[in-house]
Amino acid sequence: MTESTMKPPKKALTPVKWMREHLFSTWYNSLLTVVVGYLVVTSVGPLLNWALFDANFQGADASDCSGAGACWLFISQRLNFFIYGFYPDELQWRVDIMFLLLAVAFVPQFIERFPGRKWFGIFGMTGLPVIGYFLIPGGNFGLETVESTKWGGLMLTLILAYIGILASLPIGVLLALGRRSEMPIIRGLSVVFIEVWRAVPLITVLFMASVMLPLFLPEGMNFEKLMRALIGITLWQSAYMAEVIRGGLQAIPRGQYEAADALGLGYWKKMGLVVLPQALKLVIPGIVNTFISLFKDTTLVLIIGLFDVLGTVQSTVTDPAWQNVAVEGYVFVAFCFWIFCFGISRYSQNLERKLDTGHKT
Amino acid sequence: MGNPMTEQTQTSEVKSSAQGETGKNPGIIRVEGMHKWYGDFHVLKDLNLTVKQGERIVICGPSGSGKSTFIRCINRLEEHQQGKIIVDNVELTDDIRHIDTVRREVGMVFQHFNLFPHLTVLENCCLSPIWVRKVPRKEAEASAMEYLERVKIPDQAHKFPGQLSGGQQQRVAIARALCMKPKIMLFDEPTSALDPEMIKEVLDVMIELAGSGMTMLCVTHEMGFAKTVADRVIFMDGGEIVEEAPPHDFFSNPQEARTQQFLKQILAH
Ligand SMILES: Nc1ncnc2c1ncn2[C@@H]1O[C@H](COP(=O)(O)OP(=O)(O)OP(=O)(O)O)[C@@H](O)[C@H]1O
Ligand SMILES: [Mg+2]
Repeated sequence: MTESTMKPPKKALTPVKWMREHLFSTWYNSLLTVVVGYLVVTSVGPLLNWALFDANFQGADASDCSGAGACWLFISQRLNFFIYGFYPDELQWRVDIMFLLLAVAFVPQFIERFPGRKWFGIFGMTGLPVIGYFLIPGGNFGLETVESTKWGGLMLTLILAYIGILASLPIGVLLALGRRSEMPIIRGLSVVFIEVWRAVPLITVLFMASVMLPLFLPEGMNFEKLMRALIGITLWQSAYMAEVIRGGLQAIPRGQYEAADALGLGYWKKMGLVVLPQALKLVIPGIVNTFISLFKDTTLVLIIGLFDVLGTVQSTVTDPAWQNVAVEGYVFVAFCFWIFCFGISRYSQNLERKLDTGHKT
Repeated sequence: MGNPMTEQTQTSEVKSSAQGETGKNPGIIRVEGMHKWYGDFHVLKDLNLTVKQGERIVICGPSGSGKSTFIRCINRLEEHQQGKIIVDNVELTDDIRHIDTVRREVGMVFQHFNLFPHLTVLENCCLSPIWVRKVPRKEAEASAMEYLERVKIPDQAHKFPGQLSGGQQQRVAIARALCMKPKIMLFDEPTSALDPEMIKEVLDVMIELAGSGMTMLCVTHEMGFAKTVADRVIFMDGGEIVEEAPPHDFFSNPQEARTQQFLKQILAH
């Protein structure tokens, strides 16, 4: 690891050389380049025309759309609904604050040298949900109550995904540890929990949470539908998370456990300081994959009557006042999901790079 | 191991520290009639051993004879099923508090180092003092640096284990164990995963440690080391202690046939 002033020789490539090396190196590469090039050229033009040049951005309702291109004013006109659902207009600043805090907590995570970015992240995982817990439903501190039935749109999607992700990670860790525990009762319970939840489709979980759970709960104890959906999603997700994390735990060599034991670290310190940091790092790709699929699976809450971003768009494109805007609507939804999922993915790559300590086994 | 310097260490202070403790202490480690099974396999058979404070014991024997299992019983990485193990007046039983107490006083160095790859060298050394002994971080780091200096790698303190050579890693592992200020150090073949040129740097550290009066149990095939620092050499075979003698007698005048055979093999090359 000694510093050296000598740099590896740079490969200087002229554009022509670059093309020859990357696009036309063999006859089949050349063929592929030509075919793909043709497809790109013929499809990009119409796509741009539809999305930009022939599209309508200005106006008030469907009659302002020419029909030649995309009717984006549909999105801008109904944007409020897509983001806040039925959340009252005059109280939407509360949601805006949460969006802002979300950005404050997570944008620094993408900026390598941002001072104290770790603390912003920690805030995002602790302070942010607490503030949201009081701010969004209201009912305390002189804030007007907003029933959870009024929540919807992107805001609801983010709430479901955020809480699902945040809660399923620690529960998943505990379940994974439980499944590898030496105590038969704990191990048995963990196995049963994981295998039961993992074997049930999320739709079924949501149905049961919204229809069956109230039947089992004692008289007078009733959660809101959203709460029930959240609990269902979290437990279901935890079972998946547990198995991903167990994979990581199994990859940690026995010597690590023994060294921790020999140093006198007890069970929780051994796990928390030695085993889990390594195991979680190993399975970051798996964890992120699970997060991303959860993020998208939240759209299933539509079937129990919650309007997430997909739900709000879907209910609008079937609105007689707006016709033939389904494509625009779904492109918008896809874009919303893509932005967040891509963000999660980029962040995890940053994290993996940062945690790399040059140890390969 | 024809190292003239180490031979000197042996004759001067090394022996005296061990004898100073004789008599007043019944033995910092006492193993009495200890048996262990893996399933139906009887690995350790009726082991008896008393180690006095400051004594240095070398354990050798053919592969599979139970040497590792034996020393791993002393800090309860393995459980024994019969007999007694008493370390620093604490008997090892199922009682988790006894186990914790013993592990705090017993450091261990493994064949494959087992450093924590996600922590820097310094963090490896400070982890247990901070979390188990509750030493303030500053103090723990200062003390860790002293031990890293003692094993001659203070300049590597902020690197990760994956960036060090095998010999350096093993010296970090020794420093990490010493940071807990243990009364006893166990070594399980600390040099057998190392390239020949790195063996000496680790042995030198161990010899220095032996000179400081540390109670040591070393499983090793480094006979030069045994001759230099051991107070007693124990030969194990088939899960039994076959022979036990001071190094001079052990090497020049082994009593048991199995010991003679083993020594013939190991000294042949
Ligand atoms: N976890 C285990 N389960 C079952 N048998 C084991 C286990 N660990 C070790 N053994 C067996 O116990 C015997 C003693 O093993 P041990 O590792 O103590 O030998 P050793 O003297 O240290 O040998 P080596 O010089 O190869 O390290 C061997 O026959 C081994 O196969
Ligand atoms: Mg061994």
